[in-house]
Amino acid sequence: MKRHTSRRHFLLTAGGGAAGIGLASVLQVKPARATPAAMQEAIRKVVGPARVNTGKVKLELPPLVENGNTVPLTVSVESPMTQADHVRAIHVFTEKNPQPDVVSFRLGPRSGRASVATRIRLADTQTVVAICALSDGSFWSGSADVVVTLAACLEDG
Amino acid sequence: MASALINVPARARRGEIIEVKTLISHPMETGYRRTQLGAVIPRDIIRLFVCTYNGTEVFRAELHPAIAANPFVMFSTVATESGTIAFHWTGDNGFSVAESVAITVE
Repeated sequence: MKRHTSRRHFLLTAGGGAAGIGLASVLQVKPARATPAAMQEAIRKVVGPARVNTGKVKLELPPLVENGNTVPLTVSVESPMTQADHVRAIHVFTEKNPQPDVVSFRLGPRSGRASVATRIRLADTQTVVAICALSDGSFWSGSADVVVTLAACLEDG
Repeated sequence: MASALINVPARARRGEIIEVKTLISHPMETGYRRTQLGAVIPRDIIRLFVCTYNGTEVFRAELHPAIAANPFVMFSTVATESGTIAFHWTGDNGFSVAESVAITVE
């Protein structure tokens, strides 16, 4: 058996070991961010067993965002906003922020128009979903894809 | 010290849908950021915003850390009668700010 370890052999084994350590640390570090599954769960919590239909909700976000720290968001829903037929709530969710919930708005017939706006943070390029709850108990959703170049939440304080 | 900016038309016709814009200064610290020494910066956000029109709640927003610093909220309401529109923000660490504006409805 060769007692002397060649330089090439040493580098090969050391490299393999380092790669192994690297892989292990990648597996250990779980980034603090919601996954699409977590978003689905958050939506379920709001919606319950009801079916979520697509449509009626118009979610406006810039398609390309340079700074994820402040992203203008507008949600509007086609609704007459009468006592009999109005939007009760609008919820906004994200796929890849540290937590899926963004904001919940509660509206009513006194709102007159189902249109709200705010500014949100986005941690990554992702899909944002808005769900609205109507007074008849149905739920409708709309979504928007956003490309983020500078992410929020990651910089040091 | 927190300060709020509110934009509501001073006069409106009865039944008109008016737009309400509010902005309040607040860092909205997410609780996910760390200092350069690795310590987590504790969460400090506004959790709830409520708007009442002559004492009746007309709008409410539940905020989460994904709302940008200095929360801006825009919504609409029907001008039903003259009176006051009041705004109340509440949040972590006992944060509580109330503001109100007068509106004349003709």
